[in-house]
Amino acid sequence: MFPELNNLLNTTPDRAEQGKLTLLCDANTDGSFLVHHFLSFYLKANCKVCFVALIQSFSHYNIVGQKLGVSLTVARECGQLVFLEGLKSSVDVFFRAQAEPHPLQFLREANAENLQPLYEFVREALKPVDDGEAAWRCPVLLVDDLSVLLSLGMGAVAVLDFIHYCRATVCWERKGNIVALVHDSGDTEDEENNILLNGLSHQSHLILRAEGLPTGFCRDVHGQLRILWRTPSQPTTQRDRSLTYQYKIQDKSVSFFAKGMSPAVL
Amino acid sequence: MAAVATCGTGAGSTGSMVAAGGKNNVTSFQRRGPRASGSDSSYSRLVSIAGTRPSVRNGQLLVSTGLPALDQLLGGGLAVGTVLLIEEDKYNIYSSLLFKYFLAEGIINGHTLLVASAKEDPADILQELPAPLLDDNVKKDFDEDACNHKTAESNIKMKIAWRYQLLPKMEAGPVSSSRFGHYYDASKKMPQELIEASKWHGFFSPEKSSSTLNIEPCSLTHGYIKLLQFIQNIIYEEGFDGSNPQKKQKNILRIGIQNLGSPLWGDDICCTENGNSHSLTKFLYVLRGLLRTSLSACMITMPTHLIQNKAIISRVTNLSDTVVGLESFIGSERETNPLYKDYHGLIHIRQIPRLNNLIYDVSDVKDLAFKLKKKLFTIEGWRGRSFPNLKI
Repeated sequence: MFPELNNLLNTTPDRAEQGKLTLLCDANTDGSFLVHHFLSFYLKANCKVCFVALIQSFSHYNIVGQKLGVSLTVARECGQLVFLEGLKSSVDVFFRAQAEPHPLQFLREANAENLQPLYEFVREALKPVDDGEAAWRCPVLLVDDLSVLLSLGMGAVAVLDFIHYCRATVCWERKGNIVALVHDSGDTEDEENNILLNGLSHQSHLILRAEGLPTGFCRDVHGQLRILWRTPSQPTTQRDRSLTYQYKIQDKSVSFFAKGMSPAVL
Repeated sequence: MAAVATCGTGAGSTGSMVAAGGKNNVTSFQRRGPRASGSDSSYSRLVSIAGTRPSVRNGQLLVSTGLPALDQLLGGGLAVGTVLLIEEDKYNIYSSLLFKYFLAEGIINGHTLLVASAKEDPADILQELPAPLLDDNVKKDFDEDACNHKTAESNIKMKIAWRYQLLPKMEAGPVSSSRFGHYYDASKKMPQELIEASKWHGFFSPEKSSSTLNIEPCSLTHGYIKLLQFIQNIIYEEGFDGSNPQKKQKNILRIGIQNLGSPLWGDDICCTENGNSHSLTKFLYVLRGLLRTSLSACMITMPTHLIQNKAIISRVTNLSDTVVGLESFIGSERETNPLYKDYHGLIHIRQIPRLNNLIYDVSDVKDLAFKLKKKLFTIEGWRGRSFPNLKI
């Protein structure tokens, strides 16, 4: 996790909030550093994490996680982390018929209606342990990323339904958190993606939006991060609080600064 | 995950995206060299695969794209296990040339090739590969196929200056075959004996389309399903995914797919706006899954300028690792622009992956143009507004 981002969000692993949906989105840039942040944050906060990693392999997250101070292999072995590796499982699902329902079963079907097998997988993974002692703090579902599901043949409504079911189980029933990444396609007229993004934006408690600089590439400022706090359940007359920072990604951390205050400029 | 042991890169532990047997994370302080037992010294054997080198940044195993200039722009080369997507130029002249460079590099390095095309027979494509520029001194070394031997020798030599071993050996002009990345002469053809000595598999879509499917009809078009099965078959049969303990495959599989997405594959995204919008993206996803779990690297050329639905292009970009776009000046008003008079087109590096890392190597030079001289394909760039003077 990035300590500077924790300061901006005013959280620490000890005081993580519960029952929240956090939406990560990126436009014209790569927002995956946010996924790495939240993964290491919740592992350090001693939460049980179910990570649906659809876009990269386990070793990628593991190696970056080690730079940020968590070991995914250890977490997986002791049961803190349930990892669904999309790329590797897709090969198994696609080429061999599976005996039991597989979370990525929609890859084999021509017109998959919904993501129910995936939801069942998440529910099973984040089931509370019944032996009396609360080993982990709260369940967390992390998805990287939801836009890939659209590319694989699911409609935006099916993905929204999936998140809705997960919210009911993880956030409301078990007081956990959900963090999901969606790409913002900008002006490329991806209707389904816009529906998904807008729908999730209205349901989220916290939106982190990483944008590329409108002026183009810069070596010292890699992009701009907009943070928006919302209260979706209670419509308020107050404007939601929002902050904007610029950031630069380094080897093991990300540094944030106010707009125009990059150390390279000052 | 087998790991590549790199000395002194500074990162704590390194790993490559290859699953070949057990999971070892080798730290940077482990000594290189062949062990006596040889049973699980997979990492030391991986290091000496011809035509590969570990990335200086993250220890990722890299292969050359066939163009040393492009290798440098991509941060050292193409990572094993990833997809390089080339967005074709309008008349598919230069992208097919890059495709041939990629295959020629595989032949020179002794990699196994898998060539898939819906337009030309792969055997014909291989006949038209450019000839490598080799000088006479090392020609007989190459005939003996002494690549591995040479790399092992150079390992021993640099005991004291071992840090420098990882730096790419920058030599201009004709080079020996044991280095990474070669130059090719576009005006000559690859010698027949080299092509015959190489191992390659061809997939020609019209030939394979009549056989039956043993997979449920999903939304993929027929041609893509057959291609995926073919690739998966080769990877499994020849042991590139490490699942077969009998086959000790320590070679790279270079997959080249030409004109993916064109109507010749049976896909209609280039014909209509409301075509089958999931076929190509599903194909790319499963292909990437196959690549991540095997010792292979793939180059795909795609006529993105023909795709009617722009949303598909952005989805395809997100599903690929490295994306390079070619824009040729033929027929455009830039042909007469004095700024571009020496060049044949522009190269756009649209996406570079951040593998095993938060950051990536990105070149400062963003405006790049290429030209195909009599023999060589060169890339030059502008820095600021001055005339091009940066040879990459």
